[in-house]
Amino acid sequence: MEIGISHYLTVSAILFVLGIFGIFLNRKNIIVILMSVELILLAVNINMVAFSTFLHDIAGQVFALFILTVAAAEAAIGLAILVVFYRNRGSIAVDDVNVMKG
Amino acid sequence: MGLQALFFYLFAFIAIASAFMVISARNPVHSVLFLILTFFNAAGLFLLTGAEFLAMILLVVYVGAVAVLFLFVVMMLDVDFAALRTKALEYAPVGALIGIILALELIFVIGGSTISPEIAKKAAVPIPALTERSNTQALGDVLYTHYVYFFQIAGLVLLVAMIGAIVLTLKHRTNVKRQNISAQVARTPETAVSIVKVKPGQGI
Repeated sequence: MEIGISHYLTVSAILFVLGIFGIFLNRKNIIVILMSVELILLAVNINMVAFSTFLHDIAGQVFALFILTVAAAEAAIGLAILVVFYRNRGSIAVDDVNVMKG
Repeated sequence: MGLQALFFYLFAFIAIASAFMVISARNPVHSVLFLILTFFNAAGLFLLTGAEFLAMILLVVYVGAVAVLFLFVVMMLDVDFAALRTKALEYAPVGALIGIILALELIFVIGGSTISPEIAKKAAVPIPALTERSNTQALGDVLYTHYVYFFQIAGLVLLVAMIGAIVLTLKHRTNVKRQNISAQVARTPETAVSIVKVKPGQGI
């Protein structure tokens, strides 16, 4: 059986859903939530690259590169906020975040 | 089944299995290591589609920078991760139900659909043949011409992220002695040295 675009899209759909499920499963642990977001972005990237290849259009790979950039920036900022939050509160439980309001 | 299909199923299976381990591992360090395994297999999938440059960039950026950043933070924070998982399975059935429904919908829709070959003829930037331009060269041809503004904005995003991360985590401590460069440069011989005439036979 020839490997077509639907195979890649299926893999990326499963990775995307695993990322969403990770947010549900680890909703108290911000670090794993950030990793789940990385999984979701990886799934989007696989989509982009698969479409780019099977439609013979390199624009998809360019945008995958930009998604990679934004994902790296997001991880850096998210982890910096996490470190500051841990320094102030002494924990990283999501339940404690609501004390930041007001 | 060709060699390509064999490697596709190998990479896809390991990527999905390790992605599942990322979200279900008890120890966040294991989660980060499985995340790295996922990225390696996704890079293998990219290689299979012919996106060689993106595969290498994925390894450099994600495994080299992002995953190491995660590892640093996980090891730096002294958190009782077991306590964070006490009621973790409370919403797992609902989440699993939603996830399975969403996955089945996505797979039925995109796995069952076929893409008209007419669309491939309308490519914005067609991929040149590998005998003429390699993937990296073709990507560079486009990235620095058609998408140069996007490229600059991506650089700005990274700059803002870097400055933001430094500003957020910089801590000003008051009781630490530190160098005051302007005061040092502003010193003159008059303020630094005093010339004393000492009479012979006497001390100061």
